[in-house]
Amino acid sequence: MSWEPVIGIEAHVELLTDSKMFCGCAVGFGAEPNTDVCPTCLGLPGALPVPNKAAIESIMAIGLALNCEVSERSVFHRKNYFYADLPKNYQISQFDNPVCTGGYLDIEIEGVTHRVGIERAHMEEDTGKSTHVGAGGRIHAAESTLLDFNRSGVPLVEIVSRPEIRGAEESRAYAQELRSLIVELGVSDARLEEGSMRFDANVSIRHQGSSELGTKVEVKNMNSFRSLERAVEHEIARQIELADSGGTVVQETRHWDEEAGVTHSMRTKEGSSDYRYFVEPDLVPMVLDRQWVQRIREGLPELPAQRRERYRGDGLGEALAGVLTAVDPALRHVYEVAVAEGAEPKAAANWVTGEVIGWSRRHEVEPSELQLDGAALAELVGMVGEGKISSSAAKEVLDGVLSGEGSPARVAASRDLIQISDRASLGDLVAKVLESNPKAVEGYRGGDEKVVGFLVGQVMRATQGKADPRVVDELLREQLLA
Amino acid sequence: MSPVPGVAEAGRRLRDGDTTAVRLLEGALERAGRYEAQIHAFLTIDREWALETAGRADADLADGIDRGPLHGIPIALKDNMCTRGIETTAASQILAGYRPPYDATVVARLGEGGAVVVGKTNLDEFAMGSSTENSAYGPTYNPWDTTRVAGGSSGGSAAAVAIGSAVAALGSDTGGSIRQPASLCGVVGMKPTYGTVSRYGLIAFASSLDQIGPLTRTVEDSALTLEAIWGHDPLDGTSFSGRYPDPKSGLNRGVAGLRVGVVKELAGDGYEPAVESAIGEMVSKLESAGVEIVEVSLPSFEIALSAYYLIAPAECSANLARFDGIRYGHRGQGATTEALMARSRAEGFGPEVTRRILLGTYALSAGYYDAFYGQAQRVRAAIQEDFARAYQQVDVLVSPTSPTVAFEAGARTADPLAMYLSDICTIPSNLAGHPAMSLPVGLDDQGLPVGFQVMAPPLGEEVMYQVAAEVERLAGFDLSPGLQEVAS
Repeated sequence: MSWEPVIGIEAHVELLTDSKMFCGCAVGFGAEPNTDVCPTCLGLPGALPVPNKAAIESIMAIGLALNCEVSERSVFHRKNYFYADLPKNYQISQFDNPVCTGGYLDIEIEGVTHRVGIERAHMEEDTGKSTHVGAGGRIHAAESTLLDFNRSGVPLVEIVSRPEIRGAEESRAYAQELRSLIVELGVSDARLEEGSMRFDANVSIRHQGSSELGTKVEVKNMNSFRSLERAVEHEIARQIELADSGGTVVQETRHWDEEAGVTHSMRTKEGSSDYRYFVEPDLVPMVLDRQWVQRIREGLPELPAQRRERYRGDGLGEALAGVLTAVDPALRHVYEVAVAEGAEPKAAANWVTGEVIGWSRRHEVEPSELQLDGAALAELVGMVGEGKISSSAAKEVLDGVLSGEGSPARVAASRDLIQISDRASLGDLVAKVLESNPKAVEGYRGGDEKVVGFLVGQVMRATQGKADPRVVDELLREQLLA
Repeated sequence: MSPVPGVAEAGRRLRDGDTTAVRLLEGALERAGRYEAQIHAFLTIDREWALETAGRADADLADGIDRGPLHGIPIALKDNMCTRGIETTAASQILAGYRPPYDATVVARLGEGGAVVVGKTNLDEFAMGSSTENSAYGPTYNPWDTTRVAGGSSGGSAAAVAIGSAVAALGSDTGGSIRQPASLCGVVGMKPTYGTVSRYGLIAFASSLDQIGPLTRTVEDSALTLEAIWGHDPLDGTSFSGRYPDPKSGLNRGVAGLRVGVVKELAGDGYEPAVESAIGEMVSKLESAGVEIVEVSLPSFEIALSAYYLIAPAECSANLARFDGIRYGHRGQGATTEALMARSRAEGFGPEVTRRILLGTYALSAGYYDAFYGQAQRVRAAIQEDFARAYQQVDVLVSPTSPTVAFEAGARTADPLAMYLSDICTIPSNLAGHPAMSLPVGLDDQGLPVGFQVMAPPLGEEVMYQVAAEVERLAGFDLSPGLQEVAS
């Protein structure tokens, strides 16, 4: 019997607001421990939370971009559990009345679109950070634990997918698509390695064709897309092996060990944990009025899926549209302006996603710092199209432009890269070459087509490569037949 | 003239040049020095801090800077309000020695109003109790009879005002913790509409019920003190931001033409005859003064106490979770973080606090939530509906503040349920978020004060004070016997 994996992904996104979720402390990273703190985010006696409007706007934007419903009235709950880096020993979160419910995200794998349902997106606050000292950082044998509350109270959005993801590759594609959407919205820097975006995967298996859900295992600690994919793949295989050998999957949380490439059991959950949720009495329900929601909707930027569609409309084709959608916004801007200036879209996209990115990597220049604007790219594409420069010369012209030597025309001139395509002057040159290569001429007339290539090479050599090879070929054939 | 002036009286003397803020403070401190051994109203008195503030108040007045009605007035603060750099314990072992790094909003407002903080008063630990016997630092006794309790949880504040070791005090009221001790100590205690006085810096017991309010010697003093502390506060997410009533406007208006409802459910079994007769007498006097008396029934009041003892513990179980020995307060020893937290809490919390945390944790647990907490919330809604119906008929509601006068110390400590019944008249206003106040209307045959409660609809402080002022005039209550009792 064959098995089908069923995966749901919970994503946590730290918002890039100026201040924390419920107090005025800065949201900063890399500050001295316990400096961005106040009575509220330290959970001091008597301190109270006040919600951050900018964070609420961010989660509304996320929800709208994920095609969710934004609730008219949304409520904060207390989620109760004791942990040293959770200062109040409850987290202000949301329970049965989150800001966003019921959306979807389309992902593409090899040109096929999969729609993954979004259960909900809710607002909560982050915890502080524990650093276990001694015993190699392992919690159980550690000598002591250091607590840093700078992160405590940073606004956090949790996005929960429906269990509609069907494999490791889809998991990765979902996570990547979600991240690019978050980045596009500008609400978070969404850096996986720094933990400002984190993914947990709920993995289960069931018999192919079954509609019931199997026992789920929550897999944590993946800090790259690759490790998410590997962890899910490993967990699916582990569960199938277990089931095939007569075992049963137990509901638990497992920790992904990147180095060993396996998951370890962290804790077994008997049913769901009892967090004793109840309405946060320190906050009144949020009223998200429709005009406010509409303003947020109107302010949404173009999202990756829409952009990909638009690029396809430019005639770029599946792959190129996908690649261009994902490049740095500064590079996309160069493309967009070049096309607006009349450049052929496919050529412009190829330049941007190929040579331009390559150059910026080789020279370690940020895309936004490149000395190339759309007009210059359009000019370059035009020069190649009109035969003014060869495509190999064009790469040199681009290098000149990016090195600050001026416009493409100017670089082509100063680096002496303009093609000779003037028929009169090339005609004289062709005649000279034929005169000095009688054997080849004889060979051609005897039916040897190959000599044309040799003769073109001779002309090119005489012009130091600047002759337009197409024109030379034409002239040679004309004169040989004359 | 009373030996201890009230807020309004002291303010007049101060501005007439008959006294100074320092002399007012010294008077309060002198009385505290004389009676503290018997009363134990205070947990902390920081003389230096108080004298410095009083000196500044005098200097300001001399410079022509008048900060308002509380300028130079000695005020006591219940010790669950954070005072920057001054020990704040909520009468718990777990906060022994804790000095907050910030001032509660009410403390900041008192400061801006030129008030002088005499000290921090005793309370039931974390405001959980009705007698101030749950204080980890020992009980407060009643100035009218020091074998009896002062009530609670704001017993220290009520006793301090009654004995004159403060001209006014702030308390907090979650289920009657201002009004009940005010009643037992013969002073005026007032709980404002929920959300009108900032809770920022008030160590939370039950967030949806807690409200800070004044304890004073007169109704006018109560209004003056209230005006100095209330108003919108951006630091409190539940703070009311609309238009506030004018509590002073009706003080001299009289009551002719008003309709007063007598709550049928707050009488009968469990109410001392002396209490019932004192209340009845006042109701008759009000009627003679031109009030229309209406008997009203609010059936949900019968189950208010049960609902309260689910909601308040549920909220406190989360509010008190932060006291874990990790960042501040008492730290117990433990080999693991969990053991350290458990030990800190077991050692730091007293029995009543522990009982309520357990009760609340249980009430919120999966499988019990709807039967307990959910049901209690529905009762709360029913109480609000009953109130709303009653206020279609009447302007204010009246009742005893407490079914009994001050009881003997130790009489109810072994019986939590008997203790909980002390708050049966006061709890409905907290569950509804409405204003209510208690003021003394007479003494029973043992010479113990009886408190009269006036309840009003949300933001109905104006009519509430209007009625209270009339009750005060009709009662002609004299606080001084209580003072002399201890003095002799």
